Amino acid sequence: MCLAVPVKITKIEGKEADVDIGGISQHISLWLTPEAKVGDYVLLHTGYAISVLDQAEAAETLKLFEDIAKADK
Amino acid sequence: MKFISEFRDSELAQGLISDIRGKSKQKVRLMEFCGGHTVAIFKYGIRQALPVDIELVSGPGCPVCVTATSDIDKAIALAMIQGVIIASFGDMLRVPGSRASLQQARAAGGDVRIVYSTLDALKIAQENPSKTVVFIGVGFETTAPTIAASVLQAKEQRIKNYRVLSLHKLCPPVIKTILDAGEVKLNGLICPGHVSAVTGSNAWEFVARDYGIPCVVAGFEPTDILQCVDMLVTQVENNQSKVEIAYKRGVTPEGNLQAQKIMRQVFEPCPANWRGMGKVQDSGLKLRSKFADFDAAVAFDIKPEPSIEPKGCICGEILRGVKTPADCRLFRKVCTPENPVGPCMVSSEGSCSAYYLYGEH
Repeated sequence: MCLAVPVKITKIEGKEADVDIGGISQHISLWLTPEAKVGDYVLLHTGYAISVLDQAEAAETLKLFEDIAKADK
Repeated sequence: MKFISEFRDSELAQGLISDIRGKSKQKVRLMEFCGGHTVAIFKYGIRQALPVDIELVSGPGCPVCVTATSDIDKAIALAMIQGVIIASFGDMLRVPGSRASLQQARAAGGDVRIVYSTLDALKIAQENPSKTVVFIGVGFETTAPTIAASVLQAKEQRIKNYRVLSLHKLCPPVIKTILDAGEVKLNGLICPGHVSAVTGSNAWEFVARDYGIPCVVAGFEPTDILQCVDMLVTQVENNQSKVEIAYKRGVTPEGNLQAQKIMRQVFEPCPANWRGMGKVQDSGLKLRSKFADFDAAVAFDIKPEPSIEPKGCICGEILRGVKTPADCRLFRKVCTPENPVGPCMVSSEGSCSAYYLYGEH
């Protein structure tokens, strides 16, 4: 029910946006994330973006995982 | 960065599993609050990958499952009113009420429509000005702001035939109820990722502080959940209890302030009935009086007959983490996804459904 998927914003018009979901375009609402910009990835939940994903944090998390995996070997 | 495939990498997952195995010394019981986590844990085989000393128990984090039978009866009663169109998320349709489900109400002539978003419900309202569209507002803090936004949009666009039956529930009060009851002893809490995207991880501070239970917010990919377990095990082994985030790309300590603001603007806390837990103070949301024009509970005087609980169903105990679907006499025999007796078998995120689809046979 709280399912949300990462989607990329391709166009913004007012409080609404077009997003790309694996090649399919969908129209969504930005009422809850007015700070979102074109090119951002957002978490899409029931037609609304609920969070703008942080690319730097994602990269840092993956780096941490890589370090853990290397230490394991 | 696609934010999905990177977090499903098997080598990274293997590294995290080895790290957990190296750290885990004592028996721990962790609760995954969220039904989405239950499904991901089963789907990716995470239970089997973890050391036997780490036990995962499912919590009440499935909004469809925790909706009280009496509230489903209300939605069904609304569906049978002439001139009413019910708009609902699909999961709700097959949940058995006392005497019928919304799906059966539709078969009996009720106008019940599945929507993906409140935006679709607003559109139906605009296209049917002579009817009243009632959106069945089910969901936690993740969903409630989207419903609140729809009410503000209806007001802004002067859509006067849109109503919400607010059955929303808040997560922190029910976690408190479960911990206070003391029926299930927990060493750590896997906190819900998308609820926390809205509330912020700060919402769980009371669990770490007042109950001494480590809390880590997790995302929904396999490495997210493994990182969360790794961080919880680290805290347990170091005798710590603090709130951490294993989903930093989507969750901050403060959460989504805009979503919180819109939610507060439209809704106020109220007592709510939870399946299996009864009435919990301040765990529900009702529309504020200035939005009464959009409140289905105000517009319609709905008093369904007293509710009847399904006989033999232990969904309530399963939602509290006290029992598992395997303890239920009906599970897999009488109660199946095709013929569900209780809501935990209906919802795709229900524990019974996850056990049925992915559990050991």
